[in-house]
Amino acid sequence: MTAILIFEQLLNGLQFGMMLFLMSAGLTLVFGVMGLINLAHGVLYMVGAFACAIIAGLTGSFWLGLLASLVAAAMAGALVEVGVIRKLYQRDHLDQVLATYALILIFSGATRWLFGAFPLYLDVPEILSAPVNLFGLLDYSSYRLFIIAVGITVALGLYFLIAKTRLGMRIRAGESDREMIAALGVDIRTLYTLVFALGAALAGLAGALLGALQSVEVGMGDSVLILAFVVIVIGGIGSIKGAFIGALLVGLVDTMGRFLLPYLFALVLPPDTAASIGGALSSVAIYILMAVILIVKPKGLIAANG
Amino acid sequence: MANLTIEYKLNVFLVMLLVALPAIALILDEPFYITLATKVVILALAGVGLNLALGLGGLISFGHAAFFGIGGYVAGILASHSLNAELMFTLAEIEFQGSTNMLVIWPLALLVSALVALIIGYFSLRTKGVYFIMITLAFAQMIYYFAIAWPAYGGEDGLSIYVRNQFMGLNTLDPINFYGICFGLLMATLFLLSRLKNSHFGAALQAARQNEQRLAAVGIRPFGIKLTAFVISAMITALAGALFADLNRFVSPDMFSWHTSGEIMIFVILGGVGRLFGPVVGAGLFIVFEYYLGGLTEHWALFLGLVLLAVVLFARGGLVGLIAGEVKHD
Repeated sequence: MTAILIFEQLLNGLQFGMMLFLMSAGLTLVFGVMGLINLAHGVLYMVGAFACAIIAGLTGSFWLGLLASLVAAAMAGALVEVGVIRKLYQRDHLDQVLATYALILIFSGATRWLFGAFPLYLDVPEILSAPVNLFGLLDYSSYRLFIIAVGITVALGLYFLIAKTRLGMRIRAGESDREMIAALGVDIRTLYTLVFALGAALAGLAGALLGALQSVEVGMGDSVLILAFVVIVIGGIGSIKGAFIGALLVGLVDTMGRFLLPYLFALVLPPDTAASIGGALSSVAIYILMAVILIVKPKGLIAANG
Repeated sequence: MANLTIEYKLNVFLVMLLVALPAIALILDEPFYITLATKVVILALAGVGLNLALGLGGLISFGHAAFFGIGGYVAGILASHSLNAELMFTLAEIEFQGSTNMLVIWPLALLVSALVALIIGYFSLRTKGVYFIMITLAFAQMIYYFAIAWPAYGGEDGLSIYVRNQFMGLNTLDPINFYGICFGLLMATLFLLSRLKNSHFGAALQAARQNEQRLAAVGIRPFGIKLTAFVISAMITALAGALFADLNRFVSPDMFSWHTSGEIMIFVILGGVGRLFGPVVGAGLFIVFEYYLGGLTEHWALFLGLVLLAVVLFARGGLVGLIAGEVKHD
């Protein structure tokens, strides 16, 4: 085990964290602004991945596929918001859980019906398929670096949008007092649809980006959804900054845990046992992290709205 | 009061239905329907457990799969040791044997789940709302991954129980006998819960859900009340888990997965949160739909989703709420 290997794993963790950030940004915004628990967020991730795989397959261009993933997920998001989600804002969390769980079944069922149960494959675009040499030390996947760059760009873009624009001001106002902002004449319904579609587009983007690293299949959003919830809970629900920190923490802890724990246990235990215990503990690491953070700070690291 | 009588009539009808269905299946010589009914009764029991925490106490636990799985694994582990004639472990020179006796398995499942629930609840109840949902999920996920990685009892592949466990000399492999056991436990639990709901404890628990400050102001610490409810709720779900292991004669880490937690929660919400027979209606409808739609089309999940969505949007308060109306004195 060398420093270079650790550096490579750190980059992997960073890339995983960025993907998680794209997923959690929308989830935390929707919760913060509309007070909605959206289990169907993982479905939008799947929609993005499918749109990208299909368009890229038809046109041969990954970039058109990426664009399609944004458009398809945003449209699916807007459609779902207007058709179903809008009726749930005044309901309690349990109704939201049941309704969005039903949406998962509907979207997964429909996708399986349309595209079959076999996974689709999405290739990394040619320009990003070759590894790049970093500092003369190691060859690293340029595609993973691209995901990191996209994540950082989106984070900066969201910061600018929320902190500096009129729309962002309305979003923040909607978070702190929805009656007041409606009374001031802001069309809150359209604002909600916009926020939901924005979060959906980011989830779709995450799905498309990751679709090239994994297979594109029904149910691919399920495990990511749970991780995204872990992220926003660690960061503090409603806070984009919290989601960013949470995503990095989860990405790094998970990746480094999987990498380091088996090594560490191998120092004191026989190899077989070390591999299985290390493996188990590394799967659990992020949940232990989350439980400890919530026990110490019951509202997450960065509580939104003071 | 008129609405309450409708709910009362509905409950009586449901009990009669649960008695009549297996009898009809027996007459028609369709033992599979008895097994299906057994599955409904067991999953309803799991939901009844969650309903105590969720419905009466407002504690939205997304981690009840942990207790369901613990019940299952207690049954599985005891049975496997007994069938292989191995010792479980030796503690202070007392030898602990496995067992295939349900009357040994159940108390042990209740005990283990109570201890685990005490720990999980103690830490989780410091948080509220969505944070509580997520921290209970986190604990369940820890146990899930532990079960996958623990090689002694099958790890990811799970553990088979070759013979159904024993109950007072009954032939438990006969579907109708096993159904009787599960039905009896469900009825006993529902009876106890109906008493509990109207007891001092039940009143305090509902007060804790509605307004903690007021409860504290009359001199009752909400934390202890909620923790007690969480533990009892976990024990009931664990009992269901032990029965579920016996039904399938198989346990696997899937029992601990968040999908299981989600499904148990769906039974409760679908039937009607806080309604005594809500989980029975919810589990019944879910399983029946899953079975019939699964027979009609391979895309059953899509239609199940549409049904669930329709229930949330148009039947507030779940199905029991739809039939019996809202609880007026709440």
